[in-house]
Parts: sequence; C-alpha cells; structure tokens
Amino acid sequence: MNAHAVNSGKNYLNETYGLKSWLLTVDHKRIGIMYLITLTGFFILGGIFASLIRIELLTAKGDMFEAETYNRLFTMHGVVMIFFFLIPSIPAVLGNFLLPLMLGTRDVAFPRLNLASYYIYLAGGLFTMLAIVLGGVDTGWTFYTPYSSTYSNSFVALALVGVFINGFSSILTGVNFIVTIHKMRAPGMTWFRLPLFVWAHYATSLLQVLGTPVIAITLLLVTFERIFHIGIFNPRLGGDPVLMQHLFWFYSHPAVYIMILPGFGVISEVIACFSRRRVFGYSFIAFSSLAIAILGFLVWGHHMFVSGQSTYAGMVFSFLTFLVAVPSAIKIFNWAFTMYKGSIQLDSPMLYALGFIGLFTIGGLTGLFLATLGLDVHMHDTYFVVAHFHYVMVGGMVMAFLCGVHFWWPKMTGRMYPESIGKIGVLLIYAGFNLTFLPQFVLGYLGMPRRYSTYPEEFQPLNIMSSAGASVLGLGFGLTILMLLWSLFKGEKASANPYKAKGLEWTDVDTPPITHNYVDIPVVMEEAYAYGPDHHQQTKSGDESSETVKETDVV
Amino acid sequence: MPDFPLWPEQASSVAWQVDALYGLLLALTVLFIVLVFGLVIVFAIKYKRKSDDEIPEQIHGSIPLELAMTIIPLFMAIGVFTLGADVFFRLQRAPADPLEVYVIGKQWMWKLQHESGKREINTLHVPVGQPVRLTMTSEDVLHDFFIPAFRVKKDVVPGRYTTMWFEATKTGEYHLFCAEFCGTQHAYMVGKVIAMEPGDYHDWLQGGPVASMSMAEAGEKQFAQLGCQTCHKAESGGRGPTLVGIFNEPQKLDNGTEVVADSDFLRESILYPNAKILEGYQAIMPAYKGQINDQSLNQLVAYIKSLNEIP
Repeated sequence: MNAHAVNSGKNYLNETYGLKSWLLTVDHKRIGIMYLITLTGFFILGGIFASLIRIELLTAKGDMFEAETYNRLFTMHGVVMIFFFLIPSIPAVLGNFLLPLMLGTRDVAFPRLNLASYYIYLAGGLFTMLAIVLGGVDTGWTFYTPYSSTYSNSFVALALVGVFINGFSSILTGVNFIVTIHKMRAPGMTWFRLPLFVWAHYATSLLQVLGTPVIAITLLLVTFERIFHIGIFNPRLGGDPVLMQHLFWFYSHPAVYIMILPGFGVISEVIACFSRRRVFGYSFIAFSSLAIAILGFLVWGHHMFVSGQSTYAGMVFSFLTFLVAVPSAIKIFNWAFTMYKGSIQLDSPMLYALGFIGLFTIGGLTGLFLATLGLDVHMHDTYFVVAHFHYVMVGGMVMAFLCGVHFWWPKMTGRMYPESIGKIGVLLIYAGFNLTFLPQFVLGYLGMPRRYSTYPEEFQPLNIMSSAGASVLGLGFGLTILMLLWSLFKGEKASANPYKAKGLEWTDVDTPPITHNYVDIPVVMEEAYAYGPDHHQQTKSGDESSETVKETDVV
Repeated sequence: MPDFPLWPEQASSVAWQVDALYGLLLALTVLFIVLVFGLVIVFAIKYKRKSDDEIPEQIHGSIPLELAMTIIPLFMAIGVFTLGADVFFRLQRAPADPLEVYVIGKQWMWKLQHESGKREINTLHVPVGQPVRLTMTSEDVLHDFFIPAFRVKKDVVPGRYTTMWFEATKTGEYHLFCAEFCGTQHAYMVGKVIAMEPGDYHDWLQGGPVASMSMAEAGEKQFAQLGCQTCHKAESGGRGPTLVGIFNEPQKLDNGTEVVADSDFLRESILYPNAKILEGYQAIMPAYKGQINDQSLNQLVAYIKSLNEIP
C-alpha cells in the first residue's frame, strides 16, 4: 500500500482549478488553506490596530487619536485577534489540514459541516467587519455591562452578533473533530498511538463544544438588554452587572485554553521531530491536556478578585488556578527532557518551538502572580495583565502557530521556505516580542492601568521601549509572511518527508497530499514518534519519497 | 536622566506585604526560567545533530521524574496560594473603627464625601496612621478605585456598595486611577490621594467651605423627611425593626438564616425592602427604588451607622 507509487503528479492543489473548486470544496485540506488565508487577513488587520495603539502610547498625552478612537482601536484589536484569529487559528488551519492525515483517514467525519463551519466563521467575521467599517466598537473585547448594554454609543450589537455567529463555527469544528477522532482512526491507530497533536485537539474540541454555548447565550442576553431593554445586567433595570462577568469568564477563561492547547500539540510534534526522540512522558503530556481542559472550567472567578465577589469564592478560584500550574509545568519539563540525548537540529520550526517554551514559561509563571490573591488586587487591570496575556497568546500561541505553519508548510504547499530567512524571522519576532512586552510587566507593577490613551509622564520611557519593540515585532511578522508567499512561487520543491519525521502525514502521504489523502488506508503497527533505530533502517534510504518504504509495510 | 522607577512608592500599611509577595514570585520565576532555559540551551548544544542519519537512543520517560515535576510544583503552588490568601484577608478586612469616606463614581469623575459632610471631587484627603474605609457605589457603569502606592483596588459597581480600606503610612500625593474601563473619558477619570499628618488633616477638614452638617446629620434629616421613624423607632416595638445598634451586627432573617447588616445590606433594604425580611416582621415597607439618589442613600447609611454610638 505504498501511496507514493501511484503518484501521478496530481495532488489536492492541482486536481481541479478555479475559484468555484475552492469555494465549494469539502476537502479538509482546502478548507484548512481557506482558513489560513482568511485568518491571515484578520491577523494583519488586528496587527494594524495594535500598531496604531503603540503609536498613540509613544507619548504620555493623548495626542494622536481622540480618546474615543483609541477605545475603538484596542477593542477591535482584541475582538479581531481573539475571536477571529487566535481561537480558530491552529484548530481551523492545522487541525483541519492534519487531523485526517494523522489519523490515517480520507477526510473529517462531516466534510460538508466542515465547509459550513468555514462559511459561518466568514459570516461572523463579515458582521464584525461591518461594525468596524461603520465606526467600530468601544467596549473592550470583554463587553462588560452595563457599559456595553446601555451606555456605549458604538456598534456593539452588530459586533456581538458577529461574535455570536462565529461561535457556532467553533462548536461545529469541535463536534467534527471529536467524532473524527473517535470514529475515523485507521486500523491499529489506538488512542495511545495518537500523535499528541491529536490529543491536544481532542481536549480543545471538548472545551469548544462545552464552553462556546455559554458565551453565545451571554452575548445574546447583552444584545437583548441593549436592543429591547430587558433587564438582565443593568441594575437600573433590575439586573446584576457582575453576573455578566461570571458568564463571560465561564467561557472566556476556557477560551484561553482553546487558544493554547492546540499550540501544545504543535510543539510536541516539532520537538520530537527535531530531536528525533519519542516525546518524553507521552501519557503525562496527553493527560495533562485533559487536566487543563477540566480545571480550565473551574477557574473563571480569578478574573474577578476585585469585582465584589465574596472573599471565599476568591480563595477557591485562586486555589484551583494554582492547580493549573501543575499540568503546565509537566508539559514544559517533558518537552525539555525530550531533547535529552536527542539529535537536535535547530531549524526554523525548532527555533519557534524553543521560543515557545521560553515565552510560555514566562507567560505561565506571570499568571501565578495574578492568581496570588493579595498580589492580584494591585495588579488587576494593569499592564501586568496585558503583558502576561500577550506572553501566553503571542509568545505562546502565535509562536506555536508559526511553528506549525513552517513545519507543515512543505506538506501543505509542496514548497520549502528559505531556511536562513526563516531563522531571521524567528529571531526578529523573538527579540521584538520581548522588547515589546517585558517593559509592560514593569509598567503594570508601577500601576499603569490598561485601556488608557494617556498616562502620567513617568511611564513614558517604558512605553517608548514597548513601542520600539512592537516595530521590530512587526518587521519580523512582515518578513515571515512575505517569505512564505515568495516560497509559494520560488521555493525549492519539497520531498515527501524533508525532515525525516515520523507520523502518517510524513511517511504515508504525498507532498502535497492527493485529494483523498490515502489510496489505501494505512495499518498502524507502532507507537507515535518511533524514531528509534529499529524503525529507522527502513526510512534512511534517503529523502526521495517514492523510494521510502513504509513503516507499516515492514512490521 | 528621567526618573526610572521599577516599583511604585510604598505608602500604605499593606504595601510592603504585597511587595514581599511580588519579590517571592519574581524569585520563583527567575528560578524556573534559569532551570527551563538552562535545560533547553544545554541540551540544544550538547546533543546537536552530528550527521543527517544520526539515530539517538530512545527514552520513553521516567516515572520518578514525572512525579517530581508534579509534586514539587504542587507544593510550591499551595505555598504561594496560602501566602497570597493571607495578604488578601488583610486587604479585605478593615480594622475596627476606621475613618469612613463615601465614594460615588460616575462617568467620568469621583465624588467623595467625608463623614463630617465635607465633599471633594477627584481628590481624596486622608490622614496617615489611621485606617480609612471607602464605601463605594456607581451612578452609571462599572468603575474601579485604584491607588497604586497603597496597593489597593476595588471595583465600584452600580446598584450596590463595595468597600475597601487602607492605612496611609507616608505623607504625599499619590495617583488615583479608574482601573475598570468605563467609556470615552476612562483615561481621564484620574485624580490624587493626598496623605497628610493627622493635625493637617484636621485643619483641612475645618478649612475651606465647611459643610453645614455632617453626613449623619444630613441622613437624620432625610430619615425624618421620609417618615422612616414612624415604623423604625428608637426602641423595639415598632412595625419595623429598630435601627439602633444594628450596623455591622448579625441579624436573623425570617427564613432562619443570618445576615450582617453592613452598608450593602442597608442599601438593599432601603431600595428593595422585600428582598430580605427580618425575623418577626412583615413585608410592608414600600420600596424606595427610584425615589432616592446615591448621595441620600450614603447619608442614610451614615446616619444608621451613627446610631451605633448612642449609648
């Protein structure tokens, strides 16, 4: 069942041509690519908002924009980045592209539903874009009531409807992945032979299916209060504003794990490949993802220590939050030990993965500052929170996303990107990121509140550092995007398995894959990450994919 | 060379405790960063790939190591949690007999009133060496009263009271920020806290436009105008419970539970009297929701509180 033997030069990219063949495709790989293109658009848009924010904050006075404009900028930066980039990023792009390949199947369980998810995402995005074009939203991405439901004079309802619609895309993708992982695994692909990328997506999908309905309902209630004046959150109408915070964070804290867990999956794959080592403590990493998913639902109140929530509730939420540190530490150390006695090659994806470990470690540890009750009272709603969140979301999630995009780029496009420029991109992003957000930890402890367009003068030097870093960061992102675009046309042609990686998507699938992935469904006879000598003889015959003998043929 | 501070001034009794927590967490962070970065960098150099077909020895994992990386962080986490909760308790519980200040937040200003009746806007004068408790509410959206130099912060929520306390330890002028996004001029909803020697504070209270009556006196007037005393008499036996000596004391409800008659309970009982009924009384009081503003409510609460001092 050597899939490559029948390679006739046809693959999922050149099987059919034309816009219609893409817009109506039910191929999980093409849908993944469509997500990638759309998401990149949102990422660039969110990045432009971020740049404008950093320009305003260069000076202590609010001189670049009106306060009203500034409020809209940070709100739209948050809404676009979180709901339309970070939450879908890895699952919708890499998850869509890779899950069926990794599981040894020809598509996800519900291919048409998968296409519908894309269009729901697009529709949600268009609603929110419409709100932006008409003049924007100024509530902050948290949509706290009663400001959002009563007082704000911006296009809140339209943006809320956009995010509401988008939620269904997330739920349907989650359902699709859960069923695919349960029902579509190739013969022999037992649960404990699954790549950790799949485990991470399983945990993520559970969160998406269980959490997203709550935010959908909450946003709908805010919309109802805003349009029909039904009293739910506004005390003037007999409502409770703090209730909205409970509901909002019941989803939005797990959402942080929706954003980061798939990143964990990518990092496990990449570190194993570039260390040629089985992932150290496989089952600990797999179960720590589930532990994080479960605990993630029980910690929402740590966003509300100063909201007027009771002291004892605060203590319970603080304690449970500290428990999340344990599975996170397990992951970090297991990744580090995966490198022990490995064969380490520092290519761009590996540099991204190591960058992720460093930045996520800082992001996680600074989360503990905020989980510490007595300390959070001072730090809540300051730039310390902004810095912590960006360390986890950009230092963690965006690094992991870029890590995965680089790693699987040859598989997705059939082209290699230039390695030297890839490395320059990583270094620029890493340096720029730290210069942007390290000063914000200090600013936060000094007491600079977030969402301020103007600030006392003593905060200016640190803000200048931060803005300088942001320009380096922007340069790194720009260079990387241009490099990847360039490689589509001029990049070296990729072989089926350029990194000699393990995993069905490398060993049993063409580059780029054929439309239905596998001619014959593979039979899996070994664990994931079988990089050991017993398994290697068969694949060391070289990069030429067509000569590579399959693991599954041999055993 | 501009001033380049790394942490804010310590100007309250709890500031050093919060800073100690910060120092502890910084130390833990540095420890873990050195450990993780160290492992990654040493491994990356030591086990650099030597040839393209190099196959390293395969190691599946190590149960003792996994247990170590579970149990050690777990104990560290519990330790830090405990220390943080301890400081939090101190931040939550005001010492006995604090100076009371009432705060009303509105888009986009802070209105403050001292017990003597003296008002100020966006500036709060307090004496050093004496605990001050703020009883706060909002007329519109969420706000948050944040004094970085004191390391205290609390949301100011419409429709209810929240309280916070501090004791200034050093005279000076400190930033006051609104820390919860509250709309267009959020970044301009700032002010200052001026901590003064008690003597100077006393002089300040007496100086300038003097309030014609204290908050409790104004509250007493309100109390009479609204006719509250027809039911809430100084002795028990009225149609409503007596309000003498109840402030901050536990009260028994008709459903058998107990509730402390703090400012938030009094506020609720005035606006929505039927929400909680004291044992032995009827739900006959009219609701004052919409009849009475936040300022008058604060005065009524100050008056009821002053009834505790009647021997």
